[in-house]
Formats: sequence, C-alpha cells, structure tokens
Amino acid sequence: MPKLERQPKWEYGRAMDISFPELALVVLIGASGSGKSTFARTHFKPTEVLSSDACRGLVSDDENSQAATKDAFDVLQYIAAKRLAAGKLTVVDATNVQPEAREPLVALAREYNCLPVALVLDLPEKLCQERNRTRPDRAFGPHVIRQQSQQLRRSLRGLHKEGFRHVFVLSSLEEIAAASITREPLWNNRKHEHGPFDIIGDIHGCFAELQLLLEQLGYEVTTTPDADGQPGYTVACPDDRRVIFLGDLVDRGPQVFDVLRLVMAMVASGTALCVPGNHDMKLMRKLRGKDVQISHGLAESLAQLSAEPPAFLEQVAAFLDSLISHYVLDDGKLVVAHAGMKQALQGRGSGKVRDFALYGETTGETDEFGMPVRYNWAAEYRGAAMVVYGHTPVPDPEWLNRTINIDTGCVFGGKLTALRYPEATLVSVPALVTYCAPVKPFLVLETEAPALTAQQIYDDVLDVSDVLGKRLITTRLHRSVTIREENAITALEVMSRFAADPKWLIYLPPTMSPSETTQEPGLLEYPHEAFRYYRHEGVERVICEEKHMGSRAIVVVCRDAGVATKRFGVIDDSFGICYTRTGRRFFDDPALEAAFLREVQSAVSAAGWWEQFHTDWVCLDAELMPWSAKAQALIREQYAAVGAAARGAFAEAGAVLAQAVTQGVDVQSLAEDYHHRAELIDQYVRAYQHYCWPVSSMADLKLAPFHLLATEGSVHTQRDHVWHMETLAQLAQGSSLLHATPYKVIDVTDPDSEAVGIQWWEALTERGGEGMVVKPLDFIVTGRRGLVQPAIKCRGREYLRIIYGPEYTRTHNLERLRSRGLNAKRSLALREFALGIEALERFVQHEPLRRVHECVFGVLALESEPVDPRL
Amino acid sequence: MLLLGMLLTITTTHTPATDLGYLLHKNPARLQSFPMSFGQVHLFYPEASLDRCTVALLLDVDAVGLVRGHESEGFALQQYVNDRPYVASSFMSVAINQILGTALGGRSKERPELAQTALPFAATLAVVPCDGGEALLRRLWEPLGYAVAVDHHVLDTHVPEWGDSAYFTLHLTAEVCLQELLTHLYVLIPVLDNDKHYYVGDDEVEKLLRFGHGWLATHPERELITKRYLKHRKSLAQSALARLVEQPDPDAMVAAHEREEAVVEERMSLQQQRMGAVVATLRASGARRVLDLGCGEGRLIGALLADKQFEEIVGMDVSYRSLELAHERIHLERLPEMQRERVRLIQGSLNYRDQRLAGYDAAAVVEVIEHLDPPRLAAFERVLWEWAKPGTVVVTTPNSEYNVRWEQLPAGNFRHRDHRFEWTRAEFQSWAKSVAERFGYTVKFLPVGPEDAEAGAPTQMGVWTRHGY
Repeated sequence: MPKLERQPKWEYGRAMDISFPELALVVLIGASGSGKSTFARTHFKPTEVLSSDACRGLVSDDENSQAATKDAFDVLQYIAAKRLAAGKLTVVDATNVQPEAREPLVALAREYNCLPVALVLDLPEKLCQERNRTRPDRAFGPHVIRQQSQQLRRSLRGLHKEGFRHVFVLSSLEEIAAASITREPLWNNRKHEHGPFDIIGDIHGCFAELQLLLEQLGYEVTTTPDADGQPGYTVACPDDRRVIFLGDLVDRGPQVFDVLRLVMAMVASGTALCVPGNHDMKLMRKLRGKDVQISHGLAESLAQLSAEPPAFLEQVAAFLDSLISHYVLDDGKLVVAHAGMKQALQGRGSGKVRDFALYGETTGETDEFGMPVRYNWAAEYRGAAMVVYGHTPVPDPEWLNRTINIDTGCVFGGKLTALRYPEATLVSVPALVTYCAPVKPFLVLETEAPALTAQQIYDDVLDVSDVLGKRLITTRLHRSVTIREENAITALEVMSRFAADPKWLIYLPPTMSPSETTQEPGLLEYPHEAFRYYRHEGVERVICEEKHMGSRAIVVVCRDAGVATKRFGVIDDSFGICYTRTGRRFFDDPALEAAFLREVQSAVSAAGWWEQFHTDWVCLDAELMPWSAKAQALIREQYAAVGAAARGAFAEAGAVLAQAVTQGVDVQSLAEDYHHRAELIDQYVRAYQHYCWPVSSMADLKLAPFHLLATEGSVHTQRDHVWHMETLAQLAQGSSLLHATPYKVIDVTDPDSEAVGIQWWEALTERGGEGMVVKPLDFIVTGRRGLVQPAIKCRGREYLRIIYGPEYTRTHNLERLRSRGLNAKRSLALREFALGIEALERFVQHEPLRRVHECVFGVLALESEPVDPRL
Repeated sequence: MLLLGMLLTITTTHTPATDLGYLLHKNPARLQSFPMSFGQVHLFYPEASLDRCTVALLLDVDAVGLVRGHESEGFALQQYVNDRPYVASSFMSVAINQILGTALGGRSKERPELAQTALPFAATLAVVPCDGGEALLRRLWEPLGYAVAVDHHVLDTHVPEWGDSAYFTLHLTAEVCLQELLTHLYVLIPVLDNDKHYYVGDDEVEKLLRFGHGWLATHPERELITKRYLKHRKSLAQSALARLVEQPDPDAMVAAHEREEAVVEERMSLQQQRMGAVVATLRASGARRVLDLGCGEGRLIGALLADKQFEEIVGMDVSYRSLELAHERIHLERLPEMQRERVRLIQGSLNYRDQRLAGYDAAAVVEVIEHLDPPRLAAFERVLWEWAKPGTVVVTTPNSEYNVRWEQLPAGNFRHRDHRFEWTRAEFQSWAKSVAERFGYTVKFLPVGPEDAEAGAPTQMGVWTRHGY
C-alpha cells in the first residue's frame, strides 16, 4: 500500500490505478534492481522510454560506465527536451534516487509546460540485492544498493515539494504486477469537437448586443424565469452550431449578471464552450473573498452584484473557477483563448499557459497611456492552427498569420463580433451605447485608418528564416515538395539580386517537358508521342495550343493603384507588373511598362472582366514577343555569333574544297558534306531570325495570354483550357498588343483526329513556328500514377536548331541526341506546377505573404536543379 | 600555305612549291583524314603546282560528342549552341601538333635544309574569334614579321544594326621557316580564342616555353600572350613570365610592368583607402561585435581580423560563391582557433528580415547598396536600421559626380555592370538623412579617396549613430 498521504486533489482511487495526463514527463524512481526497466517496457512504448544506461552506452559503448554518467544525462535530457517540445510523453528510466538528479527533470517539464510525474518502485532492499547478484553486468558492491534504498526513502516525503504534481509509490511485487496506467487527455484537448462554431469576443456585460448578435447568428434566445424568480435563458441553436465565448464576460458594462446567466446556461446545456478572461478571474477571486484592486470596471460588476442572490453568486464563482484556460479543437486546427496562445503553449497545461491565455505577454515597457506594451506574439506566429482570441480592443478584426483578434470593443462603443468557424466569416453588432470610455482610444477615424492591413504591414519585409534551409512545402496538388538547402541558397541570391518586390510575385510558371523522343526520320519531337502520353494516362481529349516563341511573362493588372495597395500591399502608385519566369521585372523602362500595363488594363475593362469576375485584379500567364525584346543580348552574343562564325568558316572551306575538286583531289564527298552543313547553318540563322524584330515602342510588342490564372476569390484551375482560350480571346478584340492563341481540340482515341493535330503542327512548324503545347482539356488531371503533366511541348524541327545546335539534324547527331531522359524534367515540372498553383491558391485565400512567397521561392529553388536545359 | 580555324590553309610560292608536301610529310595527291579526340581532321591540297602549293587542314569538330559525358559539369545552353565547331580554337593547335608534328619540330627527312630556310608563306585562318578586334590581331602578328589582312564578319546580314561580330578570317603572309609559322600558329590560335578547351596544367607552361623559345620573350605582347595561353591562371602565368625574363630585355619588362601597375594601382589604392576609412570609423565607434553586410570575398573581414578590438566579425553575403572565396581568402580553416572563433560567414540577403543580425555594435555595408534595385531599398532600410539596429552603421557607395574623372569610363556609364544606380553626393545625403530621421539615428558624411574640387571624392561614406548609443 502507498505510504504517502494523498494530499493533492487530483489523486484519487487506489494506487494501482495510476492515472496522469497524456503529456507528462514520467520520472521512474527506484534502486538498481527494483525492476524499473521491466516496468517501463510493460507500460510504455519503447520509444517513450529514455534509459540512462542506454545513454551511457551511446556515449561510451559501456552501459555501466559510471565515468560516462554526466555525458549520458546530457544526452538523455537533450532527447527528453526534443520529445517534450514535440508534445510526446516521455519516461526517464534512471535510479533518480537523489534530489539533485530529479531537479533538472522537474525543471525540464516546467520549461515545456508539461506535468512532472514521479513513479516510485520502492521494493525491499533485499530483493534488489538478490536480483543484482544474478546479473553479471552489475558488478558493484551491495553498499551501492543499500545507499540507493536509503536515499529513496529519504526522498519520498519531499517529492511533492520538489514539484512533482503526481506521485505514485508501488511498494511490493504484487502492487507492481497489478498496476495499470491510464493516460488522461488534458482538459483543454477538445480535438474531437469539430464545430461548426460561432466564436464571440469580449462581451463585458453588453447583454443587449449579445442577444442581438445571437439572433443575427440564427440562435433563438428564450427567457424563462427560474424557480427563484430569476431570469433563466434557453438558447436554441441553428444547424448544430455551438457558441464559444472568449471570456471577459464581466465588468464595465450594464448587464454583467444577465450575460453570466446566459453563458452559464448555454455551457451547462452543452450549447457553448467558454474560456476565461482576466476580468472573469478577478471577479471570481473577489467573490471568493480575496482582496483585489477595484479597477478597470470591476466596480460596475460589484454594483450590480448586490441585486443577486448569494446562491447564484456562489454558482458564478464555481462556474468561473471551472473554466479551462484554452481549448484545442477540431483535430488541432482551431485554438481559442482569451488573450491568444502561441504555438509552443497550445494544448499544454501549466501556470505559464494559463497566464498567457489570460493576459498574453508584455514586453515590460509601458506606452504613452501608461498601458503595458503587449508583446506581439501573433506577428511571429507560425503555427498551423487558427487562433481566435480577444482581450485587446481593435477597431476591426484582422487576420495576421492565421490569428485573429475579435474583441471589437463593444463596451467602448465599438461592436460585438463573432467569427463563424469553419467559414471564417465575421458577424458584428454595433454597440447601442458607449458604456465606458477606453483609457486608450482604439477607434480610428476613417481618414486615419492605415491603407494596409495588419498582415500587409507585417509582410512588408519577409523573414529569411521562412525561406532558408531545407524546406518541406505542403501543396494541395502534389503532397509535399522538398526544397533542398543548396537550391534555396541559389534561389535566395536570384530572388535578392534580380526579382521584383515579393508582394507582386504570386506565381511562377513551371518548367515544361517535351514529348517523348520520336523515331520519325529527321525529327526529335512529333505530336504523336504527346498524344500517346495523354492517352496512356487515361485522358481522352487534349488541346493543342500554338507555342509562341517569345519570353514567358506573368502579368498582374489591377483596376487602379488603390487596388494594388489594398490587395497587394504595394504603395508606390503602380497598378500592376509584368515579370519573367524568374520573377524579374520584364521591362527596364518604367514608362514602357506603364504603357504596356495600361493597354492590358483597358483590354480587361473592355472585356467587362471586372464585373464578370467580381474582381479588381487579374493575373495572366502569357508569352510576350518578340523573343528579342528580352533576349537581345543572348541572341546577339550567342546565336548570331555562332551563325557569323559558321558562315565565315564555311565560305572559306567551300571555296577551298571546290578548288581541290577542280584539281582532281578526291574530296567530292567531303565537299558535298560541307555544302550540306553550310545549308544547315543558313537554316539555323533563319530559325532565330524568325523570332526577332526590332522593338522601339509598345506597338512592336505582342502579348499572347494562355491562362487566366486568377481573379479575386478564384484560381481558375476548375475551368478547362477551351474556356481559358475563349475567355482570353475576348481580350484580343480591339487590342493591337493582345493576341488570341490559335488552338485545336484533339480526340486522342481517334486516329483521324490525331492526324488533324499532326497536320496542324506540321503547318505551324513549316511556317517557322516554334511548335505547339499539348494539354489535357482539364487544367488539373490525376492519372494512374498521380498528377499528369499539365502540358507537354512539341517543338518543330527548325526551332530545335537553336536548342540542339545548327547541325543537330545530321544523321549521326540525331541518332545520339535521341537518347535523352525525360524523367527528371517531368518530375520537376509536376513539383513546380503544384507549387505555382499553391502560391495562387494561398494568395487568393488571403494567406500571409510568406506562405505565398514560400511557394514562389520554391519554384525558383527547384529551377536551380540540374536538368538538361535543352529539354 | 596553311588554313586554320575550322579551316587553316598554308600556301607557299617557293619553287618548287610542291616541296611543301615533303616539308609536311603529306602527299599532295591524296585526301587524308585523321580521327581525333574532338572529331576528325581532313588534310588535302586544293592546289599543288610548281609555283604555288596550298595545303588545307579542315576540322570537323563533333559538337554533340564533345558535350556528351560532360553533363556532370553542369548544364548551360551555351554548351550546345556554340562556336566551337567553326572557329580556330586550341583544337587546331592540337591538330597541328599531332598531324604536322614533324614540321612543327623543324624536321624533314627529304628536305632537311629547306625546313630551316625562310620561305614565302601565306596562311589563312577561317575563322578566328578575337575580342580585341583587328588591332589585337595586328599587335600579335605584326611584331613577328607578318603582313596581316583581315575579313571582318558581320553578326547578321539581315540585321545590320547589330554590327560586326568578333570573328575574322585572318590572312598572314611572311617569309619565314615553316617551323616558325607553325609554332606561331600553335601558340597564338589559343591566345586569340581565349577559351582553351583542355585543362591547363604545369606541362602547359613547359609547352609555352618550348614553343615560345626565341620569339615570345621579346614579343611586346608577351604578357598578354602568356596570360591568355594559360587562360588567366595567374600563378601559372606568373611562373611562366618569371622564367621568360631570365633571358633578356629586363628594362623593357620593368617598363611594361610599371605601366600596367599604374592603372591597377589607382584602383587598388582607392579600394585600400576605402577599407582603411571603414576600419578607422568602426574603430572610433568603439564597436566590438561587427557585421560586414555584403562581405563579398572578405577583404574587410581580413582587415578587421587584424585588430583585436573586433571580437566578433560576421560576414554576410547573398552569394554563396563569394562566401566560399572569402573562406579561402582569409584562410579560415587554417586560422588558430582563437582567431577563427571571431569570424562567422553566413549567407543572407539584405531584402529579408534576419534575426541573426540583431544585437551588433556596428554594421559595415561597403559598396553594396548600388547593387540593390531602387524599389528594394525600402526593405533594406528596415532590415538594417529597424530590426538589426546596430549602434553604428557605415555605408559606402560611389559618388557619381566623380565618374567624369575616370578616364577609362565612358560618359554616362556606371562603374560596374551590375550597379543599379550611382548617386551624387546630394542624392546620397538626402537619402541618408531621411533614413536617420525615420529610424532614430544621426548621420555624418566622409569623403574617401582623392578629393576633386568640383566632383568630390570617388567614394562617399555615411556614418549613422543610433540615438542614445
């Protein structure tokens, strides 16, 4: 039987029923030979148990080395800290018979806000001695165990004082054998409750507004006097919805106790949850007779209190006392607390957690109004759970890193606000009266309101720790995409040195794989293979779009500069941007860029898109021509240079060979060969010339958009490519800049239809066109092995001269070039596609910029992976 | 005569001209083809009469084959579409050595005395790349006694506004021994091409000394030739130069050296003055823990290491390659532990907020801001003055007013291709004061380098001190 009195209230039942919270640091205490390891093996997972002997072995190869003790415990505590940080129950299997051995463990549990639990195996010394004698590896003398047993006995009484919140003592083999362990969920763990919820901010006795808000949310409040003649409330909920009150029900306002009655009734009937606010706790202490300072509106509560029967006040105190600091709900996706809850504290239980829930954190400074300066935990919040909180009145709720403060200061003349979950919509009722003047004004005049949201202000500059190092980005299309550290290193340089302001970069386009290599004579690529790819992936119809040879351009255009500020957080009076596939501003000349964007803007207006899509911005994926507009230097220094060198060399060689032929030297076939090669050079020069024309003004540019990527509220990936083509064709009407892209829909299960596609491609490429892009009709297609290539390019014979070299079509060149592997390119294309769409989705859903940027940065990082650039 | 480039022809008008066949050890009647590592070489005689005989060396470089197997060296499209098959490159030198080795060695079984006799030769190379233009071609060949004629090829006949290419068909004529001609070609073709295809090792120095014997040491462009032949390997080039001058004309060498240095010196000294001024300012600020933001290859870090006042030096750059060079430059691996612990190199960007930069006494930002796009300056300002918030900030940047004093700098150009802007003193100072005002600093300005009455100093420096620091 246990030798200790059971003093703490949370221990009850028989000693054999050992029960403690699911997140705890369990410290086993017992002399050598008391059976700790066996006990641990019986009741815990092997990974939950950290054994000092095992750690001795890790650092010294000898599990019994006493010399390794210090290092072994360093390792043990390091691992324990990692586990507790991750929220994992941890068992320390060591003798732990001395207070100085236990002290760091208690401190560790405190640091990670979990409960330290002592589990003592107090067996007779004789039994331990006997067991050790039979074990060859325990070569220490009997005095060691004697000493340990004595230390253990001396420790027992002080364990609670040392900080252990639960102490269990098992004193016989029978008790040990009969012990069963129960892990209890923490009170704040309500992960199994999925809502839907209506979360209501600080009420402060504003009962009338609370009733109005509940009505607006669809709840029906009925007043029924109870047995004592006091008003009682019954609330009927719409569609299984429940209310969550964020605390600060009391003080300052006119009907504190009506609010309490209603909330208590709802909590009692299971139609509401409630977390405590700092004001509620202070009132509770006052009701319990504690001496508290009468300030910050407590006086109003106390004045109303005299009218209440003492029994009710007792209920109020008990109710407030029972409130749990915060709740983790809906599989961990939602956290509610009065003053917020940072990630490391969510779902934990300790005094520190409770303090944070009630008061938040302060920096220790005070502001000009004498109020403590709050530490802005939300700015650094990186957790996955949505955190809804109140406590500090704000004029309007604003999202910041998945947190939202919905205390809109009703009692100060603001409004009472509810957040509907999971809809994430806000419902408010304005204050009927200003009940109390705030110490610090919080309602901002319209004219003084900042142009940017809290999130935009915070996102003005991104944090390097959100992009550097190895990263795993979860995307909705393609599970997780890994960004390797060395690629992030390259991307950081490119992004920093060349890219435009990240606020504009809501998308980067993926790379595109060519079709499988064809065996058609004289060709590397041919539509047949592209059609076959999609057919094999179960796709029946594809769209073939003419591939323009220019430069990839992403165009974002807003209705005006105000929209650019409001939606993108850009405050330099620009109303759009055109950037390259690496995020670099397309135009060096701001005047030309502005003219270009104005033209796109007026085309969007003319097409009526602002109204049609209920948007005030659009994002287009396009090709901007000519190629020479952006790639002039490359064309001159590389492509034209090669042509010039080759033409010069072949002219001389041809002459010399001709001379040799006339001299009767047998160089006839060599001469023919060189003549043929000289022709290939001419074809090569014509190939690149086709994509070059001089640009002196806007009139010389052509923009061919092929995806209407996104507008407010929508990423248009649900629409098929015919819709994109037809919709974008509207822009081309009446614009000299914008061009509709010719396309054909092909049934890849019908050879006749395929033949039409092939003919179309042949005609395109014969005219000097680059070729075509083949896409499944739907924007996103999942095939037999997951995501299907969103597009495959099929390039023409002449175009490929500028990719594979002027003479690639010579037979022995072509044969060798045919062995090319596409796997790396295709895998890359899918990952980049998934990231690009993820970036847009996140932007459209108003996620913080760093979440959008993470994806865009990821595309850039992936682009630095070594892949054959000719593909 | 010989042709070089993709094509080298060599023509002689010596009588009988057909002796050329004996000199080259190649039968004028036949086409001969030789397999080479880079493709094939064809040798034939387009004309072979008693008064005129031409041999042609035609290279068929296998561009596709060259790239295959080298994929691991990284991809760049330039590898696939390039001028290698069409220009006289070191492949031609390899061909001369392997196919005309006997003649290159100055030997001839049948005509030994003729091999040592100066004969009238004409050589044509189609084509040679030459970034230095016709002038460089002349500077290389004329001192060796050649008459030089060139055909300059335009970039694209359809786009005349693109102008000339860097490619020439080169015609050389001289009365020389065949061996001399071949030797000159052997050395100078790769010099023109400036892009040697094979690894440059110590034996290249030997080859250069062997083939340059008797003419390279006295060639006025010997430094350029040495440097380019050894493809800018500085130490190799120096060792070759050092051994070259053992013989002759030390006076001319010294003079050439001094000329070179005067140009370099002017720039070097500005750089050193800038480092000196920055170190002095940091020292005066009393800073112990300092940031070098945009540390590049670590020049400033090296200078700071020399002063024990600076207990912690963090060098940050966005370019990982620069950090690797800095690592080498300050010999971080080899520093004693006490010294090494003072230095840390990190990759980071001035456009991203960075917790690692907080809490330092001072930050130096030397010749960095002009590499930032003006719209991104605002982010940089917040990163440095709002969040990193060092007690002292030192920023240097070019003073654009001084640019008119740089003779080498074409008017209107920036000093560096990557500069996004260069500010006048008024522009810099107005920006600096606005930064100081917004973030709670005071700022003062110092000139760096020789001061010009009108244009000021070439470099301008701002020193910010945080209020209350």
